[in-house]
Amino acid sequence: MAKKPIGPVRRVFAPWKDPNAVPFIEFRNVTKRFGDFTAVNNLSLKVYEREFFALLGGSGCGKTTLMRMLGGFETPTEGQILLEGQDLAGVPPFRRPTNMMFQSYALFPHMTVEGNIAFGLKQDKMAKADIEERVQEMLRLTKLQPFAKRKPHQLSGGQRQRVALARSLAKKPKVLLLDEPLGALDKKLREETQFELTALQESLKMTFMIVTHDQEEAMTVADRIAVMEAGEIIQVATPAEIYETPNSRFVADFIGDVNLIEAKVMETSEAGTKLQAVGEDFQIETSQKVGVNVGASVWYAIRPEKIRIVLGEEPLHKVNATSAVVWDIAYLGDVSIFHSKVGEDHTLRSTVANVTRLVERPISWDEQVVLSWDGDAGVILTS
Amino acid sequence: MRNGPTWFNVTSIALGFSFLYLPIVILVIFSFNESKLVTVWGGFSTKWYASLLHNQQLLDAAWVTLRIAVLSATLATVLGTMAALVLVRSGRFHGRSLFSGMIFAPLVMPDVILGLSLLLLFVAVDQSRGFWTVMLAHTTFAMCYVAVVVQSRLVGFDKSIEEAAEDLGCPPAKTFFQITLPIIFPGVIAGWMLAFTLSLDDLVVASFTTGPGATTLPMKIYSQVRLGVTPEINAVCTILVCLVTLGVIAASIATKRQQIQREKDERAAFGAD
Repeated sequence: MAKKPIGPVRRVFAPWKDPNAVPFIEFRNVTKRFGDFTAVNNLSLKVYEREFFALLGGSGCGKTTLMRMLGGFETPTEGQILLEGQDLAGVPPFRRPTNMMFQSYALFPHMTVEGNIAFGLKQDKMAKADIEERVQEMLRLTKLQPFAKRKPHQLSGGQRQRVALARSLAKKPKVLLLDEPLGALDKKLREETQFELTALQESLKMTFMIVTHDQEEAMTVADRIAVMEAGEIIQVATPAEIYETPNSRFVADFIGDVNLIEAKVMETSEAGTKLQAVGEDFQIETSQKVGVNVGASVWYAIRPEKIRIVLGEEPLHKVNATSAVVWDIAYLGDVSIFHSKVGEDHTLRSTVANVTRLVERPISWDEQVVLSWDGDAGVILTS
Repeated sequence: MRNGPTWFNVTSIALGFSFLYLPIVILVIFSFNESKLVTVWGGFSTKWYASLLHNQQLLDAAWVTLRIAVLSATLATVLGTMAALVLVRSGRFHGRSLFSGMIFAPLVMPDVILGLSLLLLFVAVDQSRGFWTVMLAHTTFAMCYVAVVVQSRLVGFDKSIEEAAEDLGCPPAKTFFQITLPIIFPGVIAGWMLAFTLSLDDLVVASFTTGPGATTLPMKIYSQVRLGVTPEINAVCTILVCLVTLGVIAASIATKRQQIQREKDERAAFGAD
């Protein structure tokens, strides 16, 4: 189950699929209440060694509280948190083998960059020469050598972020906790840093846990993502699984752009499921089998880039296809998003990659179009 | 909008400044008066400053005052900082409002009442009055000023800096001395200076709580003035004014310099990007 650095062949890293794999971090029925407010509700989660794990959710979903409980800054009201099989209850933050990179970076303003990085090592009563060596190593790793003698207020935002990272990595913790680490950086720097983080995690062979509200960030860096809402985990899966097969409308809607079509189950068979769109005259056929009865209300979720759009009056069969009228076009440079009216009160979005330089749009406003998709491109959601 | 000062602005500034500083200017001028009569100018002389050096009583009083001020300011700073920490950090504990109210009450309590109650306390516990009772009394009222100053510094303090220190393996007590204290140090120093000044010029509380052999400078000056103002007193006061002014100027220059340096550093950092 070794995670190999980038090479000709990358072996699959998926310990969560192995029933015999021992979890590195385990949350067992953890609940955290602040007065009447339940921040984390009876949550269980397993994270494996060398995983880059992301906790994703909107503000107030409990993701930061969950991480702070692992760091020791909050005590669970109920439940257990285990690290390498050891219960962390009662272990204060300064004795935990985890290090955290704070959202505000929390650099020590009265110490130089070197002093900040060496602080944790000094607490371990490390030999002076070893500290010096490790500090230099961290400065190299984060490309901070020219700034070693500067104080935090003499650094730019991106440099401070790197100092915070170097400081939390210096002790080589068993788990590195990252609390919205890139939130304060501008978009370009953030994207660069995301790739740096993954490369770093792979080369250091450490377990990283990141808290973020930015789905793109989570998808870029993480091996697995836990989507959280109201103190509960809605889905834990790889970025691709979360995107392609969300388990609920919440996840489908939260991650990326999605068309949600309300439908009734018409037919279930060995071959799959047939749906009738509610209030519209088209059907959906997919090979997905769902455990619900005929007549049940479901949702069919399909990503905009999976809907084809062509000029035309009517499709041959209104199965996985429908006629529509272009209502709005958003040109984003790399792609164009078409909002097409299906019937009276439904719109479907479809994205088209602008593969040629377009001067005149092939499809324009108020034109009759046919929208079609592969039945298996979308997913039936029952919740 | 017209540039330059208008006659109205000039007049108001002149009036304001003379209202504030005329008495002090007169005091300073008359400290250089040759004549013994305070109200009659008899020519320039520094003889009152020279005679000060031979006035053993005044020198003793100054020495007592200085010792009391240093000791009580230090003690008040320790207690006031602790109080501020509790108020800002401990969240909502039982009796917090009562505690914060009681800490700040001496700020508005008349000195006479404070002095009297302290006197009653010292009498009740049968403590003979003198140097130590004045010192304790000064600590009592100075610590709430320190608490206010330090608290304002702590409110803007990012708690995650302390969490970061603990996260890196530093126990809480060590974190306080290595991280928190250095960061809030300017506030602590400002609190100490305030406490020092308050103790230096307190007359009322000191007169209630003092005993034989512990006459402070303000008490000495007051008792001499009742026998008539002498240029010697003017000289003492001029020295005090100079000391305080120098202290204030030094402190503000230091602050300003720090600020300029900081701005320069920040510009350098962002320019380098």
